Amino acid sequence: MSIEPPYTLYHPRWYRRRVSVWWWLQKRSYTGFVLRELTSVFVAFFAMVYLWQLHALTQGPEAYGQFLARLRTPLFLALDTIAFLFVLFHAITWFNLTPKAMVVRLRGKRVPDWVIVGLNYAAWLALSGVVAFMLLRGR
Amino acid sequence: MMRRITPLLWLLFSAGGTVAALLFPVHLFLTGLAFPLGWLEAPRYEYLHRLLTHPVIRLYLFVLISLPLFHWAHRFRYTLYDGLQLKHLTVLIAALCYGAALLGTASTAYVLWIIP
Repeated sequence: MSIEPPYTLYHPRWYRRRVSVWWWLQKRSYTGFVLRELTSVFVAFFAMVYLWQLHALTQGPEAYGQFLARLRTPLFLALDTIAFLFVLFHAITWFNLTPKAMVVRLRGKRVPDWVIVGLNYAAWLALSGVVAFMLLRGR
Repeated sequence: MMRRITPLLWLLFSAGGTVAALLFPVHLFLTGLAFPLGWLEAPRYEYLHRLLTHPVIRLYLFVLISLPLFHWAHRFRYTLYDGLQLKHLTVLIAALCYGAALLGTASTAYVLWIIP
């Protein structure tokens, strides 16, 4: 990428306004956009927590106990609460966006948006139920 | 090369986003809040360890951890570009983001592999 195009007397400088790094705080919809983009940080955070749990499980019952104890500390409870809210925000914005990203046609007719969104929420509910059942069975 | 693998990165981004949207809320709610706060009892070690011997569960966990990491890599990369206006660091940021996701994926595969 070239940094500076050559300017001559006959070619004036482009007019480009500098945008503040905080541009996304000036309008609500921009803030929403950046918050949505930031959900990915918490998605990665929880993926690492799960990897950590997996590692603890390979190390034996003591390591697993330490993992559970660590998650009970205020630091992790705070992080997990924030992460949960962000992950929820990710899920809801993701489901509501699917009909815009994926247009499905049935017999030449476009499937209405609410059907696709509804199917997403139905799948969410069903899968959450299966996961909860699997994890709560082991008490 | 970047241009050629962009469709693949997009695919990983959207697959990971779907996995995270469908499955992370329930896992995070249970593991991060309900179990530590004592609302529900955490699964016992023996039970989880027995679950892990099943190949389908291992595959599930691999997908559950790996794909959302690529989702993060892709989205975070653009957050850095747009949010912090770091467009001139394109190559460095891309290498760090996808590199981290690859490292996480390799670690997950390794951990799942060594389970007896």
